[in-house]
Amino acid sequence: MARIIVVTSGKGGVGKTTTSASISTGLAQRGYKTAVIDFDVGLRNLDLIMNCERRVVYDFVNVIQGEATLNQALIRDKRVENLFILPASQTRDKEALTAEGVQKVLDEMSETFDYLVCDSPAGIEHGALMALYHADEAIVVTNPEVSSVRDSDRILGILQSKSRRAEEGREPVKEHLLLTRYNNERVERGEMLSLEDVNDILSISLLGVIPESQAVLNASNQGTPVILEDDSEAGGAYADAVARLLGEERPLRFLDGQKKGFLKRMFGG
Amino acid sequence: MSFFDYFKTKKKSSASVAKERLQIIVAHERNTRDQPDYLPALQQELLEVIRRYVEIDDDQVQVQLDRNDSCSVLELNVTLPEEITDPQ
Repeated sequence: MARIIVVTSGKGGVGKTTTSASISTGLAQRGYKTAVIDFDVGLRNLDLIMNCERRVVYDFVNVIQGEATLNQALIRDKRVENLFILPASQTRDKEALTAEGVQKVLDEMSETFDYLVCDSPAGIEHGALMALYHADEAIVVTNPEVSSVRDSDRILGILQSKSRRAEEGREPVKEHLLLTRYNNERVERGEMLSLEDVNDILSISLLGVIPESQAVLNASNQGTPVILEDDSEAGGAYADAVARLLGEERPLRFLDGQKKGFLKRMFGG
Repeated sequence: MSFFDYFKTKKKSSASVAKERLQIIVAHERNTRDQPDYLPALQQELLEVIRRYVEIDDDQVQVQLDRNDSCSVLELNVTLPEEITDPQ
């Protein structure tokens, strides 16, 4: 029985696909059989981030409509064992993702996988609702910025009312906050919402803080999940987030505010 | 915050402005999250009816809908001015 994790945010461009790629890669590295599923029908990009865009033959919608089997559509990652990618359809209508169809495919995958990571499209429309409907856990990706925090709160409300767990009155979806594009220098200058500020407003458990990093763009340029760049801060922060997702305790790293020396604090800068 | 910052004129950081604005809007949106779409219009019309008799401000009428499993309660809270005078 697989654990289903949705990576969602409401707002676009905050790092959902980057996060889906790294979290699923991290889970597979730990030995869990993991699939990452792109729910962004019409605007698929997970294949690019995972560097398998030229290996896509069949997609999620083909499987739902019985035009291909799951094994035909799943792409085995070449770098990490146990990791599979299910790409979204680039041509079909978003409505092709029906609740029953998605359910059927997830049920089938649940039999052989340990984790299913659902990469949600932005917004709160059909595709986003389909991505979060079956979730056991949700990673809410948020930037320390007003519109992203507001949209995250909105998506939390939807998780609490429109997910399958909510509809069936079961134990609620486990919510995790992942703060991305965090720039500690700007936080210290009072120019960016701090981790504490965002926590005060959203008040859900913290999965991790990913520092704003050159490594993220470099990795996506090359189609490498940034977690595989293990000498980068962002990669290390994602590895910590995966550990916390698996219930391990990890101290927050890369928030180097404490390193500031006495003189620097006296004279600013 | 550096030592010399204490001598500068106090100006609120943009991050603290952001936090305050977010706290207000998020609290407001959480309250109205599960409410039906007609509620703002209902509130407006109630306000108009009350204004035929009493002078009140927009924020002096609060409408809240609480839904339980078996019944819903529409709560109407009108704050009247201290002295009610008959409109001429």
